[in-house]
Amino acid sequence: MKHMETEAPPTGQSPPDVSQVDITLTVNGTAHRLEIDSRVTLLDALRDHLGLTGAKKGCDQGACGACTVLVDGKRVVSCLALAAQYEDREITTVESLCPSGELHPMQEAFARHDAFQCGYCTPGQIMSAVSLIAEGRANSEEEIREFMSGNICRCGAYPNIRAAIRDVAAGG
Amino acid sequence: MRPFDYVRATDTEQAVAVVSADPHASFLAGGTTQLDLMKDGVLGPERLIDITRLPLAGITHTDTTVRVGALTTMEELAADPVVRERLPFVREALLLGASTQLRNMATIGGNLLQRARCRYFRDPTVAACNKRNPGSGCAAITGIQRMHAILGTSDHCIALHASDVAVPLVALDAVVHVRGANGTRSIPLTQFYLPPGDTPHIENVLQHGELITALEIPLLPETARSHYLKVRDRVSYEFALTSAGVALVIEDGHIQEVRVALGGVGTVPWRAWDAEDVLRGARAGADSFRAAAEAALEGARPLPGTAFKVELAKRTLVRTLETVAGAAS
Ligand SMILES: Cc1cc2nc3c(=O)[nH]c(=O)nc-3n(C[C@H](O)[C@H](O)[C@H](O)COP(=O)(O)OP(=O)(O)OC[C@H]3O[C@@H](n4cnc5c(N)ncnc54)[C@H](O)[C@@H]3O)c2cc1C
Ligand code: SF4
Ligand code: FES
Ligand code: FES
Repeated sequence: MKHMETEAPPTGQSPPDVSQVDITLTVNGTAHRLEIDSRVTLLDALRDHLGLTGAKKGCDQGACGACTVLVDGKRVVSCLALAAQYEDREITTVESLCPSGELHPMQEAFARHDAFQCGYCTPGQIMSAVSLIAEGRANSEEEIREFMSGNICRCGAYPNIRAAIRDVAAGG
Repeated sequence: MRPFDYVRATDTEQAVAVVSADPHASFLAGGTTQLDLMKDGVLGPERLIDITRLPLAGITHTDTTVRVGALTTMEELAADPVVRERLPFVREALLLGASTQLRNMATIGGNLLQRARCRYFRDPTVAACNKRNPGSGCAAITGIQRMHAILGTSDHCIALHASDVAVPLVALDAVVHVRGANGTRSIPLTQFYLPPGDTPHIENVLQHGELITALEIPLLPETARSHYLKVRDRVSYEFALTSAGVALVIEDGHIQEVRVALGGVGTVPWRAWDAEDVLRGARAGADSFRAAAEAALEGARPLPGTAFKVELAKRTLVRTLETVAGAAS
């Protein structure tokens, strides 16, 4: 990890071949020390370096929401996040939702409403949906539609996804 | 993605000094533009200075302004109670942009500096793009236009400035506070952006290494009403085809104060001064609204792919004026 205390390099220096960062990521309450290429995204750090493959890589361009995780309780797209930037922040992935094997209410509602077909977007949908409820934005069909729009479902399971969210929002 | 050194800034002045001294260094805020374009190979800085731990987040209020630290996120600004109460069209423009996930990452400073969504700009395998590679030509002018500008364009570039929130912000005469190697300065947002002319790669008046530290938004009079309308190819999570941000003070059916800006049509966030001149003092109604829309689009230079935007932008503005006037009466 380089901090600003480092001197500015003399101008005219050659570009870096590869550059490593030595960081600690706190994921689902556990701190992990990682020595990784500075280019590694939070998504790739989770999937390729920590073996947490719940967050999915759909577009890798911030456009589909399959990679949604929470940072300090707020949902973000981890594919447009540089891992090094998220050191010492509280990262929560879909794996944390059922620590003891018992489904989280949102997971249970997704299963009950058949809110998926291929399932590829599902972890992102669920993290977004959990966040949506915490944000207080699941009060109407329109609100759910608007504030879940960052999660694309190629299979078009939207009506069932909204039904699952409505159920959980209503306390069911 | 090209390799780069990641550097976490801990001191604002030092961050400015380091980037100012190194033409191959860039600032990194939320990363939703910067990292995206680095992945695509459009940008390739050798050093990335992460500014997100600098003390530049947060919102403060006076009786007449809202001061927004550059690192405040779009979601945070939208949630501000004074913005909600007194600047509803700023809140609307924020919440109609991107997705919640992106708005939790994207900072207000980065939003103002977001880069063109032109598909040719974002694809380094396309040779002709004056913005990416000065002097190489413009693939969009002879190619497929849709998400492109019709106002402020040149023969060298027709790229749109796609920020939603910049639309109400130029209407409000917001001011950008910046820090450079030689000190601080304040720039009205209406003078911040530069039309492409024959230098489309120069998009604003910032020097390399100058850091936006805050944005200052003047409040409207308490009697003002405002609205932001965004028209797009899908209902949500899409950039504007056209948009309008309008604020009015109406007394006895006449427009006392007026702010109009347009999105989706300009190479820079477009303050519609001519439309304001038509409306100021006029009776609020269909005639003055249509006349204002005609005035706003008078200088439009559409291409085949953007011809639809001329009438769409007029109707978008008329609808927005009707909405605000309806709410005010
Ligand atoms: C899928 C998608 C959809 C989107 N939809 C919309 C939309 O509908 N409406 C809309 O308005 N926007 C939209 N955006 C754009 C988004 O709002 C911007 O990417 C975001 O606001 C940029 O902020 P950031 O903090 O992530 O900036 P970064 O990506 O970190 O930085 C952007 C640029 O600004 C520079 N920079 C950042 N902060 C400063 C500073 N304080 N001083 C000087 N330079 C700085 C960086 O060096 C970089 O060049 C969308 C983006 C994506 C990926
Ligand atoms: S419109 Fe501008 S950004 Fe797009 S290809 Fe032409 S020069 Fe490049
Ligand atoms: S993989 Fe991150 S948004 Fe699509
Ligand atoms: S279930 Fe297949 S993409 Fe959503």
